[in-house]
Amino acid sequence: MNWEAFWLTVRLATIVSSVLFATGIPVAYWLTYSPWRLKFLVEAAVALPIVLPPTVLGFYVLVALGSRSPLGRWWESLTGHTLAFTFEGLVIGSLLYSLPFAVQPFASAFGAVDSALLRASASLGHSPVQTFCRVVLPLSKAGLVTGFTLSFAHTLGEFGVVLMVGGNIPGVTRTISIDIYDQVQNAQYSSANHTALLLLVISFFLLSIVYGLNRGFWIVSPWK
Amino acid sequence: MEVKQAFVPPFASPAISSELEVRIRKSFLNREGSFHLNVHFRALAGFTILFGASGAGKTTLLDCIAGLTDPDDGRILVGGEDLYDSEFKMNVPAWKRRIGYVLQDLALFPHMTAEQNVAYGLRQLDAAERQARSREMLASFRIDHLRDRRPAQISGGERQRVALARTLVTEPRALMLDEPLAALDRPTKSQILADLRQWNHHYRVPILFVTHSREEVFALGQEVIALDAGKIVAQGLPRDVLEAPRIETVAQLSGFENIFDATVVALHEDRGTMTCRVDAGQPGTGQLDLETPLVRAEAGTKLRIGVLAGDILLATESPRGLSARNILPGTIVWLERRDGIVSAGVDCGGVQFEVHLTLAARDALGLATGKNVWVVIKTHSCHLLRE
Repeated sequence: MNWEAFWLTVRLATIVSSVLFATGIPVAYWLTYSPWRLKFLVEAAVALPIVLPPTVLGFYVLVALGSRSPLGRWWESLTGHTLAFTFEGLVIGSLLYSLPFAVQPFASAFGAVDSALLRASASLGHSPVQTFCRVVLPLSKAGLVTGFTLSFAHTLGEFGVVLMVGGNIPGVTRTISIDIYDQVQNAQYSSANHTALLLLVISFFLLSIVYGLNRGFWIVSPWK
Repeated sequence: MEVKQAFVPPFASPAISSELEVRIRKSFLNREGSFHLNVHFRALAGFTILFGASGAGKTTLLDCIAGLTDPDDGRILVGGEDLYDSEFKMNVPAWKRRIGYVLQDLALFPHMTAEQNVAYGLRQLDAAERQARSREMLASFRIDHLRDRRPAQISGGERQRVALARTLVTEPRALMLDEPLAALDRPTKSQILADLRQWNHHYRVPILFVTHSREEVFALGQEVIALDAGKIVAQGLPRDVLEAPRIETVAQLSGFENIFDATVVALHEDRGTMTCRVDAGQPGTGQLDLETPLVRAEAGTKLRIGVLAGDILLATESPRGLSARNILPGTIVWLERRDGIVSAGVDCGGVQFEVHLTLAARDALGLATGKNVWVVIKTHSCHLLRE
């Protein structure tokens, strides 16, 4: 069991799901309430990582992070090294990769809040942002937890993007799923099985939280 | 929001107190095709009833006034202040308008207790003040026992009170009520109406009361604006705007505490009134004449007269110099206290009136069973119900 790879993966997933929690809420807010007619294009772009092969996403992220792109050059001038094949590069790739898994549950939770409540709130003197904080967010708890958990679980299990963007550097970019791949390549089936089983159990546990929450299973105690 | 200094409002008289003036147009597509709202009216402090079938544009009109939807053009003023003026591209956002709006489905916040709901609109106050004010409001609506309950744990009539309290506590400059009593039974209705009247007595703001129920129109008995397909088709007192309801059950539903069989005995077309003789319940007891508004009738026409208990005055001495046309001597036969009001039964020659007064009025007049009083009823407080 490669604990280094395990904790690296947990660190990556925690950072990614936290950043997506913070950035996904405003994105989902905009997607829910913007009257812009072409916003479906943005919705489609946000959903792209669900259907794209991770290699395609990984390839473009790699190009974008490389020293020939403006972003890559800017990062290089700032830090002295490229983003590709670093932990930071991995975070950026994973953010894009897991974006829809945070934004979509957020947006659907916001959209499910009865619009009459928003109207009532406005007539009681609350601005749209105040209304969002005091009415929409508290009523979207299940969606927020779902988005956080799904993006966490999805990042735990990513493989293609990590391999494309991060390579396979122990302690830097070697995540748990890549570790399993390595072990299988080296015919270490027993240790691959341990790692795979751990990932399976964690993922099942996380998805149980999501589905239990959306069934209203826990609505009674922790969230209401 | 800068408006030219020398701007002169196009309306004839300067707005006083918190009069509401609305002149808007709005077109949109709905299921039936295109809909055009085009209205111009004024509402003074007190109740103005917006009456019309569903789909007449009542809710759209309220939404425009509250700022929840934008008209195509026109102007909305409250207390002389512009909320919307298409000419000057002025449009105050809903949350800055200070227009109270009780939505048809109430829209209580499900994640907050009744008290938190009521305190919600008091954002600008500090916590202690907020709590004091919302508790005071809950108490005056007799729902302080529901303080810590969430909307899902509260019954329909009480939810209605919470929604009203939540809006009224913000001291709005005008109040919009979208069918606030539609789902309630009669006693609850008349109680809530009494509470609203009481509130409006202290806060003299215009109240736009939307209903599609004739009973409610008659129960309120005040200025009515009848809306049909987005246009005002009539405006005035209920009996001018609507035809009289034909059956007595309608009147019972509408909350009249006093309903009498009567016969028209004389018409006074010069005065716009007529005299009706009320038949006393038991034979052998006396009769009573009431002066009522003039309707299409002739001597001998049988009709019913409905009078709200809250529209009747009591005097302990024979009143003089009053405009009210009906001043009848009587005796208090019963007196009971109900919540915040006192209900009195007064016998006037065999005809009994139910009268509602405040505790203060009872004490000031020293009212008690057996005391001789005078019952005072305005002509226009006598609502005629044709059989």
